[in-house]
Amino acid sequence: MQGLFVVFRKELCDHFSSYRFVILFGLIAMVSFITSYMAGVHMKENLEALSKTRFSFLMLFSTPGALFSMVQFVSFFGPLIGLVLGFDSINRERAQGTLIKLVSQPIYRDAVINGKFLAGVATISILLVSIVLVISGFGLALVGVVPGIEEIWRLFIYLIISIFYISLWLGVSILFSILFKSIATSSLASVALWIFLSFFVTLGAEVAANAIAPMDRKKETKPEILIKNTRIKERVSLSSPMVLYSKATEIIINPMRKTTGSIVMMMPMEQILSSRFQNPLPLGQSVIIVFPHMTALIAITLICFAISYLVFIKQEIRT
Amino acid sequence: MDADTIIQTVNLTKRYGKQVAVDDLNLSVKEGEIFGFLGPNGAGKTTTLLMLLGLSQPSEGSASLYGLDPLRKATEVKRLVGYLPENVGFYEDLDAIQSLEYVANLNGINKEEALGKIDKLLELVGLKNDARKKINAFSRGMRQRLGIAEVIIKDPKILFLDEPTLGLDPEGAIWFMDFIASLNRDRKITVLLSSHNLSQVQKISHRVGIMINGKMVADGSMESLAREKFGVGDKEYSLEEIYMEYFQEV
Ligand SMILES: Nc1ncnc2c1ncn2[C@@H]1O[C@H](COP(=O)(O)OP(=O)(O)O)[C@@H](O)[C@H]1O
Ligand SMILES: [Mg+2]
Repeated sequence: MQGLFVVFRKELCDHFSSYRFVILFGLIAMVSFITSYMAGVHMKENLEALSKTRFSFLMLFSTPGALFSMVQFVSFFGPLIGLVLGFDSINRERAQGTLIKLVSQPIYRDAVINGKFLAGVATISILLVSIVLVISGFGLALVGVVPGIEEIWRLFIYLIISIFYISLWLGVSILFSILFKSIATSSLASVALWIFLSFFVTLGAEVAANAIAPMDRKKETKPEILIKNTRIKERVSLSSPMVLYSKATEIIINPMRKTTGSIVMMMPMEQILSSRFQNPLPLGQSVIIVFPHMTALIAITLICFAISYLVFIKQEIRT
Repeated sequence: MDADTIIQTVNLTKRYGKQVAVDDLNLSVKEGEIFGFLGPNGAGKTTTLLMLLGLSQPSEGSASLYGLDPLRKATEVKRLVGYLPENVGFYEDLDAIQSLEYVANLNGINKEEALGKIDKLLELVGLKNDARKKINAFSRGMRQRLGIAEVIIKDPKILFLDEPTLGLDPEGAIWFMDFIASLNRDRKITVLLSSHNLSQVQKISHRVGIMINGKMVADGSMESLAREKFGVGDKEYSLEEIYMEYFQEV
């Protein structure tokens, strides 16, 4: 335990004093700031026209401002935070000859990997929490929306899911930094996997669906085929952590969404309008809907870490 | 086995695929000894040290330090042993004091005690004036001094030094060997010193072992070795011939 804490503290210190962290933080803070500013301005105009809806606070995070919402942004680029924090965590030490020094100290070897992983998770958490707080403060000041208790809970759950989602990629990059001796290889490998799982799996899902249940463009497609096609597409794309994550967070952040299934994307105005005619989902129900997604994400994160752990414990360390 | 034998290996063997890095090694080192572990590059010295530390798993045979199995009692063994690896590395953006503090923390030494120790150690290894310099500005000699300071901050009973004079200038090498001798004399630390430089090691070692191709071909005091002949492969060599054949630095 003592070793774990020492490694954790050093790694955390390193993260916070590194340029890469400052750059990442700056970039993400800037983008989320601008996005929610746009969302805020947008909402302000609309809210004056319409009566105030419930959950307008959460719309700061879920309304697409310029191009995408804050929530969408994190689901696209959040993984980069994890990758950047972890891709050289073990092989850099190996290259500079400090890993052997570390493992020849009287600490358990797992203290090294646990300390590094937890320090990454802590960094991710601090980063996300501070960005969410900044945006919230911003929303209060600009739009004058005050979060209700339920909205705070929803944001809290959103944060937890996001931390796991990004930690998953931290776990992946740490695993690659153990497997590959070269830093260039490990960074490329983790970026490649990220691109594959985030962007190509959804494409692949479409291909698979059309291959198994082809839809004819010219003729009317039978409803069964359409359903089958959609179902396959959804199943396959669930193997992408990004899809898992965005489905889960959409439901959590937007109480009007009642299914993770593909429905026609609603525009923000429609959301506001529809809220008059339908009631939002209670928090408990939202959580139940995304429970499988959340468990899957958490399980993948833990599996990833467990593999790193086992490989590292067994590995012979010569430098 | 004598009562004061503290490092012992029994038929210790390490294979990498077909290649035998350490071949059926039976080594014993007594408490308070400086044991010179000699051999040309690739002889298997580093591999032996790693197995003694529990960082590498033997293919066959076993090792023990103070009766402890390095694989089962890893932390206990690492508490007793200070290991200075070949080409020791540092966190380049730390200074000497920070680097020592980190190692002290990893060894569970509390902050106050650590600061006192670090002060004394820096004085001892002659880095007092460079204490706040970043390590990336350190010369090879300064690195080696810092390296040995990091190793002895835990007050080890045994030191494993892997090619510690490699790349040092003659003056630095002499300082280092003298320093090791003084640690052995004043603190009664047992030392296992690997090197491919026979002349440097023989000066301070009480006993030397010569390893070639994973096999220990000779083991004893310098004087006794000088009189004997040893089988290496199919041939017989005197110490001088071994020296000419394997240890001449290019
Ligand atoms: N990871 C490895 N895989 C394959 N062979 C290795 C590995 N590590 C060391 N060896 C081989 O083991 C032998 C002994 O190496 P080593 O113990 O480093 O020698 P020394 O320290 O005496 O120079 C060498 O021939 C080396 O090539
Ligand atoms: Mg070696």
